[in-house]
Amino acid sequence: MSAAGTYTPKPGAAPLSRMIAAQAALETKMLLRNGEQLLLTVVIPTLLLVLFSAVDIVDTGKGEAVDFLAPGILALAVMSTAFTGQAIATGFERRYGVLKRLGASPLPRWALMAAKTLSVLVTEVLQIVLLTVIAFALGWSPHGNPFAVLLLLVLGTAAFSGLGLLMAGTLKAEATLAAANLVFLLLLVGGGVIVPLDKFPDAAQSVLGLLPISALSDGLRDVLQHGAGMPWGDLGILAVWAVVGLGAAGKFFRWE
Amino acid sequence: MGNESVVQVTGLVKRYGSKTAVDGLDLRVRTGTVTAVLGPNGAGKTTTIETCEGYRRPDAGTVRVLGLDPVREAGALRPRIGVMLQSGGVYSGARANEMLRHMAKLHAHPLDVGALIERLGLESCGRTTYRRLSGGQQQRLALAMAVVGRPELVFLDEPTAGLDPQARRATWDLVRDLRADGVSVILTTHHMDEAEQLADEVAIIDAGKVIAEGTPEALCRGGAENTLRFSGRPGLDVGSLLKALPPDSAAAELTPGAYRVSGTVDPQLLATVTSWCAQHGVMPEKIAVERHTLEDVFLELTGKELRG
Repeated sequence: MSAAGTYTPKPGAAPLSRMIAAQAALETKMLLRNGEQLLLTVVIPTLLLVLFSAVDIVDTGKGEAVDFLAPGILALAVMSTAFTGQAIATGFERRYGVLKRLGASPLPRWALMAAKTLSVLVTEVLQIVLLTVIAFALGWSPHGNPFAVLLLLVLGTAAFSGLGLLMAGTLKAEATLAAANLVFLLLLVGGGVIVPLDKFPDAAQSVLGLLPISALSDGLRDVLQHGAGMPWGDLGILAVWAVVGLGAAGKFFRWE
Repeated sequence: MGNESVVQVTGLVKRYGSKTAVDGLDLRVRTGTVTAVLGPNGAGKTTTIETCEGYRRPDAGTVRVLGLDPVREAGALRPRIGVMLQSGGVYSGARANEMLRHMAKLHAHPLDVGALIERLGLESCGRTTYRRLSGGQQQRLALAMAVVGRPELVFLDEPTAGLDPQARRATWDLVRDLRADGVSVILTTHHMDEAEQLADEVAIIDAGKVIAEGTPEALCRGGAENTLRFSGRPGLDVGSLLKALPPDSAAAELTPGAYRVSGTVDPQLLATVTSWCAQHGVMPEKIAVERHTLEDVFLELTGKELRG
């Protein structure tokens, strides 16, 4: 039993900034607690970086293997969190009524999406710090304009988030799980992450080069390995994917 | 209990494709009351509640909750209501106290989370994540999430489905405390005893319409008549018995020797029946007065056949 007056109505929403921060913190905590998600976002990129740097499995061209691999692995990290991880997590949140229940809370839907984005960015910062430290330990010597790198990472995140949310908001959770993992695997192999695109036939190269993962890994490599300025072509491809993906997700996303 | 309404539904129609889930439904819920919405599966209970919560857009009719349009004025309404879905609503990897603390953080003046957890017996959940909680624990967490923001109005969709008797009583006690503190509650249920125990008002829904409403007592009095049964020798003059009874009564021999009198069954009517028996030299055996329960009323109104 409770004292009289315990439940006397006193409704009200918390300040928006507090709601978004709380939501982003919870989403990040859920992700870091999930073993499968950690495998995808931390273990696989780390293993690939260490393994392919140490053992000469793929011909990565002139120079140190790590200088070729590190930008690709950073692109993979962005894809694993913004696309695969976000698609799977959001798909199951939709399936288990989490999105529905939060939809009846004081948290507006746009604020929920903002919190998800914030959570993705926090996770990416953790990934990038970890992978950068490992790459330095493997002898990585990056060049280039940090602002260009930041712009590539942000546009890449936007592009992959749009595609991930489109998948999570339209397919069944199980289909999202399967498709997101399959796409991850295909793009890992065919997106210039660890296998240079010039190993593929010419015709395939021109198509594969338009994928968001290729644009991101190629752009990062241009800057970090070759010291290029602004990789406008790759930025342009990512911007188109971001507009199309986020636009389609905004239009077709179903909350229940 | 005031006379103002917290919920005012007028002529609500909601279709899913060619199927009409709600078909011209009217419902009014007075401030500070507990209102139970009863109905067979598929009657339109959840659709009605979810339209009030702002999840569904009416195809016709108007819905006002706390004076607001739940779809167009969702932003103003949502902080003021508490919602318990029929199932789910929690991250599968979240712990009970974690999720409840999170819901509290979304509100300006939440309840004390620790006290609420203790109140609903959720302290034993500890570090267990939601997907590993028992069904009853999941239900109680969903209930706690609905009330933690100190709402004016709480929607509970089958709050005690699948609960053991102790947990059911804990839920009932909480609903009573909510009402005592001035919170309005709307709940759907399949349990007639739950409606009888908790509700100030009951609305019975069938095929997308309200087919009866009122206090549980009024429904039991009005919807179905009470009956008095007795056994005697076969072939008694039922017409003569009927003449002795008040005008709103009925009497019949159901099977040879088994008689039923229905109407306003009160001490006066019982005395009339026994004195008629005495005059006719009948020993009324197995005499029994049956008061109708809400369940009888419900079955009488919605039919006894099973629904798909």
